[in-house]
Amino acid sequence: MLRVTRTIHFSTSLRYWLDDLTEEENRKRFGREADKHGHNYRLDITVAGEPDPQTGMVINLVELKQVAEREIMSRFDHKDLNGDTDYFVSIPPTPEHFATLIFRLLQDALPEGLLDRIRLHASHDLYVDVIGPVE
Amino acid sequence: MIYLTRRYHFPAAHILSDPSLDPEENQRIFGKCANPEGHGHDYEVAVSVTGPIEPETGQIIEPGLLDEIFADTVAARFAHRMLNEVEPFVDQVPTAENISRACHEILEEAVAQRSTARLAHVQVVETEKNFVDQGEL
Repeated sequence: MLRVTRTIHFSTSLRYWLDDLTEEENRKRFGREADKHGHNYRLDITVAGEPDPQTGMVINLVELKQVAEREIMSRFDHKDLNGDTDYFVSIPPTPEHFATLIFRLLQDALPEGLLDRIRLHASHDLYVDVIGPVE
Repeated sequence: MIYLTRRYHFPAAHILSDPSLDPEENQRIFGKCANPEGHGHDYEVAVSVTGPIEPETGQIIEPGLLDEIFADTVAARFAHRMLNEVEPFVDQVPTAENISRACHEILEEAVAQRSTARLAHVQVVETEKNFVDQGEL
């Protein structure tokens, strides 16, 4: 079994904000994270499997790039997680929740069992690993 | 499984030598790292925790709390110190392996005591060329 990783970068704005809380409650719960800010995210996408005997590839990296473009870049690059998506109305876009969402999107888009793990870097000093399978 | 990792740094000096051996033997085993005057590194420690995502905050651990835990334990003990004079390195060679073990032991206890998370992995980066991993990541 081999693991193959492709890395992408995207830039996104966000705030931790739940619509069913008041402004005061949001600020009390999330502190400075309740102010709109942004990150240069780095995402390492790791697939695992045996290389195809003919192509020598676990996955064609062009295909992986297309999936990443469609599922991640088009949804999140230069977008606002609160205003441009419906994912973070009742949960805050913490790295934990955002990474779990990304894992699910990629898992559903890739051939079954291929996605092994992702590492979402919110900054150089903070990242989240999600190791599959995730329900 | 989901893990949150924060990277920290602490600068420290050390000497790789076994006090029970003579200088020539230490030189043979540890090479330039046995310099009796010491040398130093800016150690990078990647601390990974796992656990339930708290429903209210959406977090495994509040990153500021993990920062405090690291500052109060590993940094308080090792930063700007000659490691050979600090426990557990008074009778243990402060190699990257042993530093990793010490960080893992110290942080495992502190994370369990002060948060709902569990320490899952420690990576100690001594230089760009060598680092040690301990744990499940």
